[in-house]
Amino acid sequence: MRITVKTETCVGAGQCVLSAPDVFDQDDDGLVTVLDAEPGPEHSDDVNLAWQLCPSGSITVTEPAVQD
Amino acid sequence: MTDTDDQLVVDFPLRKEGEEFPPPRYAEYRQREGLVLSYLPDGKPVWLVTRHAAVREILTSKKISSNPDREGFPNIGETMGVPRQDQIPGWFVGLDSPDHDRFRKALIPEFTVRKVREMRPAIQAVVDRVIDDMLAAGNEADLVNDFALPIPSLVISALLGVPEADREFFESRTRTLVSIRTSTDAQRDTASRELLRYINRLIEIKSKWPGDDLPSRLLAGGVLEPRELPGVLLLLLIAGHETTANNIGLGIVSLLENPQWIGDDRVVDELLRLHSVADLVSLRVAVEDVEICGQTIKAGEGIVPLVAAANHDETVFACPHAFNPERSAKQHVAFGYGVHQCLGQNLVRVEMELAYRTLFERVPGLELAMGPEGLPYKYDGVLHGLHTLPVRW
Repeated sequence: MRITVKTETCVGAGQCVLSAPDVFDQDDDGLVTVLDAEPGPEHSDDVNLAWQLCPSGSITVTEPAVQD
Repeated sequence: MTDTDDQLVVDFPLRKEGEEFPPPRYAEYRQREGLVLSYLPDGKPVWLVTRHAAVREILTSKKISSNPDREGFPNIGETMGVPRQDQIPGWFVGLDSPDHDRFRKALIPEFTVRKVREMRPAIQAVVDRVIDDMLAAGNEADLVNDFALPIPSLVISALLGVPEADREFFESRTRTLVSIRTSTDAQRDTASRELLRYINRLIEIKSKWPGDDLPSRLLAGGVLEPRELPGVLLLLLIAGHETTANNIGLGIVSLLENPQWIGDDRVVDELLRLHSVADLVSLRVAVEDVEICGQTIKAGEGIVPLVAAANHDETVFACPHAFNPERSAKQHVAFGYGVHQCLGQNLVRVEMELAYRTLFERVPGLELAMGPEGLPYKYDGVLHGLHTLPVRW
């Protein structure tokens, strides 16, 4: 899976950091930052929870195409 | 709004004395197609929203506003223990994006997961001190007054850099504000004005002698104007005080009833979901026509998302009335959703965790000093909670 985030809509709730601490962090402004943009399948439950809990819809999770 | 044959119409208040919470009728509302039409005490119609997905949709819709000055915004006749503060600059829960976002962005760095983790020792010290006082006073206490209310008040004073010598003043005034049974309107009005005056003085002092605290950093940051800071600080206090206290008190009752869960930190989100103290806090008004659950909400119509109803939606939380810390409770909307979602949610979680853990560790023989059926629940305000919680050990 591939993760993209939008800092311009992030409201700094920190739910992604709590759900998937190996994948997401908050920068000095408290906004989302991605530690691992292509995490392995062992992180998929955590990432899904982060995506579900994000109150501002600032996380996108996609399956990259094989040709990428 | 048009009344049709299958339109359910109900009157406020939605909660009645002596009944369980959430009120049983919330489940009825949730089963119906569409939304429920309700009339507020002022005679104005509003739409009640009860399903989890619909509440999340309302709270993230760009066609819906949080601005209480807009025509049609629900006036439920109650605010959180204080006179309406909407006119105070910096009261940014009543602003929509983008006006709101400047405030939120200025405050986010103060409430990050990391920042709250750094605050744990200070929160633990507050909890310990409150328990010291309780134990020194004898072998019984009212856990609302002696434990649940002082903890968030003292945590917020630390956050705001309130000097040690002023903490008792700060704590007593914040307590008066929320004690709707034991204080008069006049006393609460006085306490509210004294607190606002105190906050104004605190900001003056912090601008001359900055400290390692939130007001000093906001002043130095320059994003917010000094005239906006009193409203911001008062909002942090009010949003974080009685809400947290009610969660602490109600959670203790649940843990006494389910002692096998004492000491397990997974209880926190399940307790937030189960008790949903801020049921009536996220009021809204439509700015444009918007369709929710097949019902068109017209521009200018008021909306009351019922957070407790959403958090007991059986399609998301099986057996919603059961206290089950093993379920995945985290999708609850106890802190709201969307851009206004509670800024202090990570702080509240830590306050609850440390309050429960420390109380049951340090007061092992704790028990209710009355039958649980007689506990005085708040049923007539915007927040669910307990007026008192008599215990002994």
